[in-house]
Amino acid sequence: MKEPLIFEYSRPGRRAPSHAPGAMASLDDLPAEVLRADPPVLPEVSELQVVRHFTRLSQQNFSIDTHFYPLGSCTMKYNPRVCNRVAMMPAFANRHPYGPEEHGQGFLHCMFELQEMLKAVTGMAEVSLTPMAGAQGEFAGVAMIRAYHLANGDTQRRQIIVPDAAHGTNPATATMCGCEVVEIPTRADGDVDLEALRSVLGPQTAGIMLTNPSTVGVFERNIETIAALVHEAGGLLYYDGANLNAILGRALPGDMGFDVIHINLHKTFSTPHGGGGPGSGVVGVSQRLQPYAPVPVVGRKNDQYVWLTEKERPQTIGRLSAFMGNAGILLRAWVYMRMLGAEGMLRVSEYATLNANYLMARLMQAGFQAAYPERRASHEFIISLKDIVRQTGVNTMDFAKALLDRGFHAPTTYFPTLVPECLLIEPTETETRQELDAFVDAMIEIRDLALSDPQEVKRAPLSTPVRRLDDVRAARQLDLAWSENR
Amino acid sequence: MPFIPHTEEDVAAMLELIGVKTTDELFQEIPANLRIAGPDGIPAGLTEAEVSQLAQQRAAGDGDVVSFIGAGAYEHYIPAAVWDLATRGEFYSAYTPYQAEASQGTLQLIYEYQSMMTSLTGLDVSNASLYDGASAYAEACLMAVRANRKSGSRRILTTGAMHPVYRAVANTILSNQGIELVDLPVAGGVTDLGALAAMDGEDFAAVSVQQPGFLGTLEAVDDITDRAHAAGRLVIAVCNPLLLAALKPPGSWGESGADIACGEGQPLGIPLSSGGPYFGYMTCSKSLVRQMPGRIVGRTVDVEDRPGFTLTLQAREQHIRRSKATSNICTNQGLMVTAATIYMSLLGSEGLRRIAARCHANTRQLVTLLSGIDGVSLLYDSYFHEAVICLDRPVAPVLEALSRRGILGGYDLSEHYPELGNALLVCATEARSAQEIAAYGACMQEVLAKTQVA
Repeated sequence: MKEPLIFEYSRPGRRAPSHAPGAMASLDDLPAEVLRADPPVLPEVSELQVVRHFTRLSQQNFSIDTHFYPLGSCTMKYNPRVCNRVAMMPAFANRHPYGPEEHGQGFLHCMFELQEMLKAVTGMAEVSLTPMAGAQGEFAGVAMIRAYHLANGDTQRRQIIVPDAAHGTNPATATMCGCEVVEIPTRADGDVDLEALRSVLGPQTAGIMLTNPSTVGVFERNIETIAALVHEAGGLLYYDGANLNAILGRALPGDMGFDVIHINLHKTFSTPHGGGGPGSGVVGVSQRLQPYAPVPVVGRKNDQYVWLTEKERPQTIGRLSAFMGNAGILLRAWVYMRMLGAEGMLRVSEYATLNANYLMARLMQAGFQAAYPERRASHEFIISLKDIVRQTGVNTMDFAKALLDRGFHAPTTYFPTLVPECLLIEPTETETRQELDAFVDAMIEIRDLALSDPQEVKRAPLSTPVRRLDDVRAARQLDLAWSENR
Repeated sequence: MPFIPHTEEDVAAMLELIGVKTTDELFQEIPANLRIAGPDGIPAGLTEAEVSQLAQQRAAGDGDVVSFIGAGAYEHYIPAAVWDLATRGEFYSAYTPYQAEASQGTLQLIYEYQSMMTSLTGLDVSNASLYDGASAYAEACLMAVRANRKSGSRRILTTGAMHPVYRAVANTILSNQGIELVDLPVAGGVTDLGALAAMDGEDFAAVSVQQPGFLGTLEAVDDITDRAHAAGRLVIAVCNPLLLAALKPPGSWGESGADIACGEGQPLGIPLSSGGPYFGYMTCSKSLVRQMPGRIVGRTVDVEDRPGFTLTLQAREQHIRRSKATSNICTNQGLMVTAATIYMSLLGSEGLRRIAARCHANTRQLVTLLSGIDGVSLLYDSYFHEAVICLDRPVAPVLEALSRRGILGGYDLSEHYPELGNALLVCATEARSAQEIAAYGACMQEVLAKTQVA
């Protein structure tokens, strides 16, 4: 059943009065021209109406807590409840960002430990916690690479090399940093094309952005050669940490030759995705980029934890947030990492990889076509539906919608774009074998239905609160806000 | 094994199906010299009870303090229902609503949020949020440079009365693209209008102004807006959204209104939490919507003509446009927007206005009390819910002495505004009681009496 807009419950004069001061204080001492003439139109509803409305809205979502959510490249693993409880403890939740260090030693101690643990799992010399999402971590990384070259007088190094399979944020970030993007192809076996790489390297090269395991779900076997080639050409290597879950505790980006890395705490370290954010894109840097790391960083002086700022780091690329990044998210990651310990981290990559390889093997056995059948899956893998599409006319999006009707969130669709009609599937380590088996059953059922009655698959979804939406109308007849005179 | 459900039987059966003997074999494509046995220097795992106890101990060390600090992050009472609802697993553990049919809860909520923000700011359209106030300001500057095609200038006029860290963050982000922020001087706590008038002949893509300004004072936003438009510049308004229940909305500034509004969403139900996660809001006039960064939700219909919600105008975004996108951003601060939408629904227009008015009244009460103390004076007479007071001695030792008495006395302005002397920015929101305000006054008196004038 469709839930009305909160505005539709509104009646003039209805209120939830226990949440605001009982009386209206005077604003008469302020000049009239700065004050608001007409009040904003917000809903006038009771507390019960609010609770009911938002509870019902929540029930119209798929989520990790309610459904298997194998969205590739997003690492939708279980978000432990205790992480949220700790972050919301009053002493942490009520701490003002400009509160003095002596009233923040507990918080800063946790942040210092988090930096140290992240250094240990990446092999980097220093970690800065301030970037507020993966894309901001990428920005910080490329900005540091540029700052490094400029400090060396290398003003012509403005090209960032990106594989064609890369996430869209990589090229968008390079542009935001004032760099030019050069794309290189991926080989049929999933590795970077070394010849293509050699041909674009030169005195104009600022660096390369890579994900490893890559966006096609396999480990880049030539990573050491790539690092040597890029470094010889005077460029630096940026590691997009989107897929760190696959190698957690087993291999260090620092050992592979990367100079800078961002880590999505909302993927590998299980902080909530929250319907689209907040994320956290902390960055790690090698020794040579340390002076440029974004501030503030947590340091330790005379047994006290302190903020290191522009004063201690005059070459920093600067600040990325008004205060200290997504501090409450960092606390959640700290809880998760302290619970896992070193052994727990190894188990994350072990079982994430086991689940992915099992699911890939089962789907291949059932006749689905893996994009890289000769390769080991990392923590995720790609299935291409192109043969089924050709046979039946049922496309990848139809498959995705039909999965919703069977109680599964769809995998990532049509990404990476170089594999036609693809599903990028990432089960994560927190799913049971039984859940994976049920997903395979659903995939087989949909394919069988596509062969016998393709139109029926194209009708999906039927069980969701709405059926397929008119995206063209959404973009052409823009309706982006409710207003009372409609 | 924390959070891993596999039994020994499961593992054996899975390995057999894959055709390997051990899980180690699954990692054979990683070159042997890159493989490690495990990370060094990670402490042993803790149980939930142990980690909770450790966190309690750490938190207890941070002490129980009463804060009069604002400076961009404000303590307000947050109704219990806000986070009880926002942390329901269906909101907390969902992701970006790529599959619209399976995400109508999140999508409708964002549409409701967009509706509330457009109404608060008096502008036509809102995005689904950005990271925080400072980064939203940086994005607004980038957007203004893209949008002001008539000007073509890569310079933005800003003001010394704008939050200094917002300007710093914007510089970090804009400087790589060769976009320059030019600071107007401050006079009497607000933007120097004479200095602004002297810039009339110069080309700038936009003028940005914060209302209330960082120093708590109120800017002449109508004049600034009209002058900017006359000079062919766009206007970027940086506003505290909670106070917009009482203050003139950017859409009504001057003859034709500001073009872009943005700011820090934290006052709308988000805990202080050492600085984040918060959310940045952004709204703009309809003509600029295609230049907006970030997610946007639109209302449409499904195949049965029922209303529904979906992400729209995605051709602006990085996953479609790659290097030509309006921004590299893909996140919105969804969970924070969830809390803010619930907060605004509970409070309504009347409730927000009462809170804003009480903040003003409490700060007046505090300032009256403090400026009655020998050695303390009020710097600017007109302010909203933060004010600058001046001491007759350096601020830092006084703040330290207050902090030992459990009072965080405000934000020391000496680093960013040394020209103001021994200046302190104080704030008393509606969360401060009359007793707490009185206690601050008494402590200040005691501290000043016990310490020497430098």
